[in-house]
Amino acid sequence: MAHEHKLSIFRGLVTFKNNQQKIWGVLLFLSLVTAVEVILGITKPAFLVQGTLMGTKLLNWIFIILTLVKAYYIAWDFMHLRDERSSLRRVVVWTPVFLIVYLITLLLFEANYVYEIFNTTFLTWDF
Amino acid sequence: MDTSISQYTEEDLWGGGEQKPLKASYGKLMMWFFIVSDALTFSAFLASYGFSRFKFIETWPIADEVFTHVPFFHGNFPMIYVAFMTFVLIMSSVTMVLAVDAGHHMNKKKVVLYMLLTIIGGAIFVGSQAWEWATFIKGDYGALETKGGRILQFVNVETGERVALDAIALIDPSETETYHESSKGIWFESGEKPSTYSLDEVKSGFLANQALTIRTETINEDGEKTVLSRTEAIDKLNDAVRVVEGANLIRNEYGSRLFADFFFFITGFHGFHVFSGVAINVIIFFNVLIGTYEKRGHYEMIEKVGLYWHFVDLVWVFVFTFFYLV
Repeated sequence: MAHEHKLSIFRGLVTFKNNQQKIWGVLLFLSLVTAVEVILGITKPAFLVQGTLMGTKLLNWIFIILTLVKAYYIAWDFMHLRDERSSLRRVVVWTPVFLIVYLITLLLFEANYVYEIFNTTFLTWDF
Repeated sequence: MDTSISQYTEEDLWGGGEQKPLKASYGKLMMWFFIVSDALTFSAFLASYGFSRFKFIETWPIADEVFTHVPFFHGNFPMIYVAFMTFVLIMSSVTMVLAVDAGHHMNKKKVVLYMLLTIIGGAIFVGSQAWEWATFIKGDYGALETKGGRILQFVNVETGERVALDAIALIDPSETETYHESSKGIWFESGEKPSTYSLDEVKSGFLANQALTIRTETINEDGEKTVLSRTEAIDKLNDAVRVVEGANLIRNEYGSRLFADFFFFITGFHGFHVFSGVAINVIIFFNVLIGTYEKRGHYEMIEKVGLYWHFVDLVWVFVFTFFYLV
């Protein structure tokens, strides 16, 4: 076969027999993660929504981390980054990751500042 | 070695130096670069959504209360339908990878089948999004808007359940508000379309019914919208200037207007990507049918279009999280 696929996921914990099997395996995993997200979103367990960690609820951090996990498997297995050269992988992953983290950091700090201005200065917008 | 493209001859590869550092064909590399730039566009949208949300963190609408409908079913089902949409898109991603895989084996029949399934999945998704938009635009219970543009919603004093305008308004037959059309006006500008019930009808209905009170946009410590007492509510009623039904770019019965604006803009931009993805898939599907790639000797085109299609799925994963979950 002309094509080589890396058939192990979860750092070699699970190895599939062929590429089709790997695709179905990844689908199962992604559906599972989505199901967990939806269940957590509907039930909103009390211990996860009380108190905040770094500006947002614990539950929101779980959602964000699960989203990044899903994004990783979509990019690595569906977009077959896993089979590409590491140089290509770095070019297409680290460039946007760096810029996005930078942008989000700046914007959220700024938004927090505006929020404080709304609350502490002589400005009313709830009337 | 990290290699996935040994089927290409030398001239297909990007001539990036002797070592060919990326070992990808020109087309595939350009698709990747397009995806990187598109990813930055989408993340800029989502980051600006985050900006506006943090700015109005105390009054932002709660997504669970906004998207509660499922087609053909009545009742309150937060997130079920979006979860279904997510699953459809992931599923169509899977059929796309299977098409790419079949392409590597030069199995035309299977490529045709999987491409067809991918197109169907994409169409279901776009249709669902259109339905989601229609439901959002039509609105749910209706609300009042104050001078400052804040939204007041009606709830039952006892149960805290939302109450629709239909159940509140006392219809005043003497009231005849007409729609000012541009063809009849002096300055040829049309007026605002009157709401189903006028402000006075809703107000008098509210005062007559002791079981009603008002819910403001402010989120309290329990993460729920603040419910005013009956006396506070009667006081607050004086601030109302208009009745709002549904959502558009200017008014939004669910709360902050920016929420509706970003919803239309981001899911709209994503929906347009899905739509163009379906269109491209259809073109490629017919190319496969007439044997273009069979003659070319490889199905790399499926792989390139597949990259785009997975990217659309990838973006949806983030939109799903930041619009519906967080």
